[in-house]
Amino acid sequence: MKKKILSLMLASTMVVGLVGCGGSDESASTSAPADTATEAPAPAADDAAAEEEAPAADDAAAEEEAPADDAAAPSGDLIKVGIINNDPNESGYRTANDRDLKEHFSAENGYDASFAYSLKNDEQITAAQKFIADGVDYLLLSAADTAGWDSVLQDAKDAGIEVILFDRTIDASEDLYAASIVSDMEKEGETAVNWLKDQGLSEYNIIHIQGVMGSAAQKGRSGAVDAAVASDGWNLVVQQTAEWNAEKAQQIVQSVIDAGTPFNVIYAENDDMAKGAVAALDKANISHGVGKDVIVMGFDCNKWALQELLDQNWNYDGQCNPFQASYIEDVIKKLEAGEDIGEKTIIMDEKGFDATTITADDVESYGI
Amino acid sequence: MRSKSFSIADLVRKQIFIPIAALLLLALFNLIADPSFYKISFGYNSAGNPVLTGYLMTILDYGSEVAILAIGMTLVTAASGGQDISVGAAIAIAGSVILRVLVGRGGSGPMQRPVILAFLVAVLVAMIFGAFNGVLVAWFRIQPMVATLILYTAGRSIAAWINNNELPIVTDESFTYFGGFIPGIPIPTPFFIVIICGILIFCALKFTNLRLYTQAVGINESSSRLNGLNPEFIKFLSFVILGVCVAVVALIKVSRISTINYSVIAKDIEMDAILAVALGGNALGGGKFNMTASILGAYVIQFLTTTLYKFNVSADALPAYKAVVIIALVVLSAPTVREKISSLTKKSRPAVKGVS
Amino acid sequence: MKEKSVLEMRGIYKSFPGVRALQDVDFTLCEGEVHALMGENGAGKSTLIKVLTGVYEKDGGEIFIKGMDQAAVIRSPQDAQRLGISTVYQEITLCPNLSVAENMYIGRGSGQTQNWKKMNADANKILRALDIPAEATQQLSTCSIAIQQMVAIARAVDMDCKVLILDEPTSSLDDNEVAKLFGLMRDLRKRGVGIIFVTHFLDQVYEICDKITVLRDGKLVGEYVIEDLPRVQLVSKMLGKELDDMSDIKSEAQEYHGPGANSYVFEASGLQSNAGIKPFDFYIKRGEVNGFTGLLGSGRSECVRAIFGADRVIGGTVRKDGKEVKIKAPIDAMKQGIAYLPEDRKIDGIIGDLSVRDNIILAAQVLKGFFKPFSKAEAEKFADEYIKLLEVKTASADTPIKSLSGGNQQKVILGRWLLTHPDYLILDEPTRGIDVGTKIEIQKLVLKLASEGMSVTFISSETDEMLRTCSRLVVMRDRKVVGELSGDELTQNMIMSTIAGGETDNA
Repeated sequence: MKKKILSLMLASTMVVGLVGCGGSDESASTSAPADTATEAPAPAADDAAAEEEAPAADDAAAEEEAPADDAAAPSGDLIKVGIINNDPNESGYRTANDRDLKEHFSAENGYDASFAYSLKNDEQITAAQKFIADGVDYLLLSAADTAGWDSVLQDAKDAGIEVILFDRTIDASEDLYAASIVSDMEKEGETAVNWLKDQGLSEYNIIHIQGVMGSAAQKGRSGAVDAAVASDGWNLVVQQTAEWNAEKAQQIVQSVIDAGTPFNVIYAENDDMAKGAVAALDKANISHGVGKDVIVMGFDCNKWALQELLDQNWNYDGQCNPFQASYIEDVIKKLEAGEDIGEKTIIMDEKGFDATTITADDVESYGI
Repeated sequence: MRSKSFSIADLVRKQIFIPIAALLLLALFNLIADPSFYKISFGYNSAGNPVLTGYLMTILDYGSEVAILAIGMTLVTAASGGQDISVGAAIAIAGSVILRVLVGRGGSGPMQRPVILAFLVAVLVAMIFGAFNGVLVAWFRIQPMVATLILYTAGRSIAAWINNNELPIVTDESFTYFGGFIPGIPIPTPFFIVIICGILIFCALKFTNLRLYTQAVGINESSSRLNGLNPEFIKFLSFVILGVCVAVVALIKVSRISTINYSVIAKDIEMDAILAVALGGNALGGGKFNMTASILGAYVIQFLTTTLYKFNVSADALPAYKAVVIIALVVLSAPTVREKISSLTKKSRPAVKGVS
Repeated sequence: MKEKSVLEMRGIYKSFPGVRALQDVDFTLCEGEVHALMGENGAGKSTLIKVLTGVYEKDGGEIFIKGMDQAAVIRSPQDAQRLGISTVYQEITLCPNLSVAENMYIGRGSGQTQNWKKMNADANKILRALDIPAEATQQLSTCSIAIQQMVAIARAVDMDCKVLILDEPTSSLDDNEVAKLFGLMRDLRKRGVGIIFVTHFLDQVYEICDKITVLRDGKLVGEYVIEDLPRVQLVSKMLGKELDDMSDIKSEAQEYHGPGANSYVFEASGLQSNAGIKPFDFYIKRGEVNGFTGLLGSGRSECVRAIFGADRVIGGTVRKDGKEVKIKAPIDAMKQGIAYLPEDRKIDGIIGDLSVRDNIILAAQVLKGFFKPFSKAEAEKFADEYIKLLEVKTASADTPIKSLSGGNQQKVILGRWLLTHPDYLILDEPTRGIDVGTKIEIQKLVLKLASEGMSVTFISSETDEMLRTCSRLVVMRDRKVVGELSGDELTQNMIMSTIAGGETDNA
C-alpha cells in the first residue's frame, strides 16, 4: 500500500515535471489541471514545475487574497500592478528588495499585485506578456537582460499600461517607460574609493575581489578602483572575480596569503565576498578592521555586515539601496494624480558607512 | 629485461595511473615554475589556534569537498551508468537544513541545538532527496541526468524555502571547526573528514559486497538479476549513499562561512565531482570502479584549481583552463590511447624474441 | 601464390598478455570453395579470423590476397573490407535500432545512404533475391535472431566480396533457415567466392564444405580434403586424442540410488509467467535428468525461467521437496537450492568486465549475503577449484571473463552455479556455440551430477544431445506442453512426431 502511494506521488511529480520541462504553449493549457490535481500530495512538484511562479509568490497570493477581498469592498478598486523581478534567492539584496515590494504593494495600501520571478530574459518577457493580457495598470520591471524589451513594452504602451523600471535599466527608447529607478553604481564606487583615499595610508596594496564580470554593479564598483590605481599609483596585489561567491573569494585571498605577498586593503564588491575574504584572513591570523593590519570593504549593507562594522571587524560598507518601492509608489501616485514626474531616471540616495561612525540605529534601519 | 618493459606497460594499463600521472605532472609543473608552491608555514589563526598554511594545505582543505562527493558519485556512476547533477542543489538543501536546525528559521546568533543533531537531520533530508533520485532512476528507469535535473532545477528554491529566503548566521566560533581548524590541530578539519569518509567507504567495500554488487549491476543488470541481486535496490542504494556524502559536504560548506548563500553555495560542484570520477579512469557508462582513483582525481582537480589561482587566472576563466587540462587527461585515459602508449613501451620485445 | 588461391596466410603469430593465441599458422583458401575452420574453443579460430579482418593486428606473418603483388596490410576492418574480405559473426553485430536497409548500407561510404528511396529499393531487391523474409524499412530489432543473421549475410554478400567469413552463422538458425543459407553459400561458391566457414555442427561441415583446416592450441594441425577425413578422425584431430564413443556416455553413468531417490525435488502445477506461456505442470525427482524440447520459440526457455522466477510468475503453485514455496524472484529460487544457467550467455550469463573469479563466486556470494563477503583466500580457492574442475582455459582467475572464448565462459557460468551446491540445476542450452569436446564434457558432467543425487533439467537444440542425457522429455509446441516422453519413447522419430503433432494436420 505504502509503495503504491509513493509511486503515485512520484508519477504525478513526473507528469508535472515533464509538463514543466515542455514549457511550450500547448503544454501550458494542460499544466493547470495537472497542478491542481497534484497540489496536495506533491508540494515539491509545484516548485519544480512552476518556475515562473516561485513558491513565495504562491504564498503571497494565498495570504493576500483573503484580506484583498475585505479591503476591496470599501475602497472599490485596487490599482493592479504586475511586478517582474529576479529570483529573490539570488542574493540578500534581492530578498530585501522583494520583501520591500511585497510590503508596499499590499492590498491594505490599495494595490493588487502579482509577482513573477526569473533570472532569464525570455521567461520575464513571457511573464510581461501575461501581465499585459491580464490588463494590469502598472508594469514594474527589473530586467534580467538589457536587450529585447522593445516590442513587449510597445505592446504595454499600446494597451495603456505604464511601465516603471526599477533596479536595472534596459536598452530601449525612453518613450516606452514612465520612469526608471536605479542605483548609481559608479557613484557607489566613487564614494567608497574616496573614503579609502581619505584613510591616508602610506601605501595601498589592494586585493580587489570583483563580482560577476560585466554586471552593472561590478562595472561601477570596479571603475572607481581602476581610476584610482591609474591616478594615485595604488598597487593591485590581485584583481579577480569571485562571481559574488564567498567561497571563491576565500580561495582567492587564501592564494595571496599562501604566496606571501603583502597587502593591506580588501576591496570586495559585495558583503558575501568580503566575508569569504575575512574567513581566509582569520585562518592566517591576519588582523583586520579598525586600526588593524588590513582594511576590509564590502557593499550592499547586509545587516550582518553592518554588525561587523559596528564590531569594528570591517571598515567600510557601501550601500546599494534595495528599497525602491517607496520611490515607485511616489511615481505611481504622481501618475494617478496626473502630475509630471520630471526626470525619468530617478537615482536613489545611497550612503557609505564607516566603522568608526556607524551606530546601532544605522544597522537596524539600513541593514537589509 | 623483458619483465621490466612489461611492467611499465602494465602500469600504464592500470586505472590509477591516470590520476597519479596527472598529479605528478602538476606537481612537476609547479616545482619548475615556482618551488615556493610547496612551502608550508606554521602559524596561529585569529582565534589563537595553531595552523599550517601553504598551497598544499589549501589543496588538502578545499579538495576534500569534491573528494567526499566523488565517493558517492563513483558508486552512482558504477551502478546506474549515469551521473547525479543535483548534488550542488542538494548541498544547498542540506546546508539550509543544518542552519535551520541550529538557529531556527531566519534567525541568527548562537547555536540553539547541538551540531550533531543538525547534521543528522541534514543527513536524513539529503538521504530522502537521494532516495527520490534513486527511485526515479531505479524503478522508473529515467536517465540519471534527466532524473536529477528535477532536483537540480528545484533544489535551490527548496533550500531558500526551508529558511524562508532569509540568511541565518551562526555566530559560534565552534561551528567553524568543521570547515576550518579544531583548536590545537594545525591541519584543516575537512581533511580529517575525508579520511573518516574514506575509512568508512573502504570498510564498506571490504566488509560488505557493495563493490561486487554495484559492479555486477553496472556491467550487466539482467545477468545480475538472474544471480539473485536486486538491481533496482542497488542503484537506489548508491543514490542514498551519495545523499550522505552530500550532507557531509554541506556541513563543511556552511561551516566555512557560518552562513549560506542559496544561489551560489556549491555551485557547479557536481561537474567537479563527475570530473573526479572521470579523472579516476572510471567508465562513466558504469561498471568497474576504483574508489581510490576517484578520490585522487578530486585532489587533482583542486591541485589544478589552486595552481591556476596562484597564477592569477581569473575565476571566470578557470573553467576554460580546467576544460583544456581535463580534455587532455580524458584523452590520455581512453583505452585506445593507453593501449598505444603501452605498446610503444614494449615495442622492442618482438624483435628480441625473434633473435632468441 | 598458388594459381587458384584467393587468400594465403603464412606463418601468422599473435599473442595476448599471458596467452599465445596463434603460432606459425598457415591457411590457404581457393576460389569457389567452402573451407571449414575447425578447432576446440580457444584453439585460435576466432583469433585467426580477427587477424584476417583487421580486428587484431598480427605480431608476425604475411597475408596475400589474389590480385596483389605484395603482402596485404590489414590494420582495420575497413582495410579488410576494401580488400574484399567480409565477415558475418556469430553474435549479431548490427544496430538493432536501425532499419534493415540502413544496416545493410551503413558505413559503406558510397553516398548511397543519402538516397533513402534507392537504398530501400536496393535492399529489398537483395532481400528478395536471397529469399529473406524481411522488409527494408523494418526496424532490425523486430526481426527474429535468425533473420537478423541473414540480413548480416545479405550485407556481406552485397559488398562483392572475394572472401566471405561465416563465423558460427547457423547456431541460432533452424533447419529450414540453415538449408536456405546453404543454398546461398552454394550459389556464392559457383560465383567463385571463397568461403571460410566456422561451425561446431559436424553435420553441416560434411554437408557443405570442400576442405577442412584444423587448429589446436593456436597451432596448425593440418589441411584436409573433406573426403579424406571421416568424422571420427576430425574430432580426434580437434581434441588431440581418440574420441570416446559419444553415443555410449549414458550407459556409463550410474543411476542415483542414494537417500531420497524417487522423491520429488520440485513440482509445479499450473505455473504461468508473464512471458506468454500457457500454464503447465512439471515435476522432477531426485537424481533425475529431464528436459524440455521443442522448436526455437516453442516456450521451453520460458518454462524454466518461470520455474526460476526469472520472469514474473502470474499463476500456479510450486513445491520444493514437497513443501509449497513462493518463488517471486531468482533469489527465492536460489534459496531453495535451484540454479539456472540461462540461454543467452552474453546477455543473461556473464558479467563481462568482471574477472573469472568474481564471476564464479557471484551467485554463491549473493546467497551468503551482503554483509558476509568471502575472504580473498576463500574466493581464490573456489575460483581455482572450479577452473581446475571444469578445465577452464584462462590466463588467470583475474582475467575478465569477456576475453575468454565462448565455451570457457560457459564453463565459468556452470562453475558459478555448481559452487552454490544446488540440488536442482537447470541448464538452458549449455552447449550452444561450444565445441564438441566441451559438449561431451558437459553432458558427462550432467550425468555424473545426477548420479550423485542432483536433479537436472537440460535444454538443447540438438535432439541427440537430449537423447543421450535425459531420461524424460517434456515436449513443447506453441508455448504449451504437448507431451511427455520417457523410456522407449525416447527416439528421434518419436520426438519429431510429437513436436510436429497435430500441426501437420492443420497445415
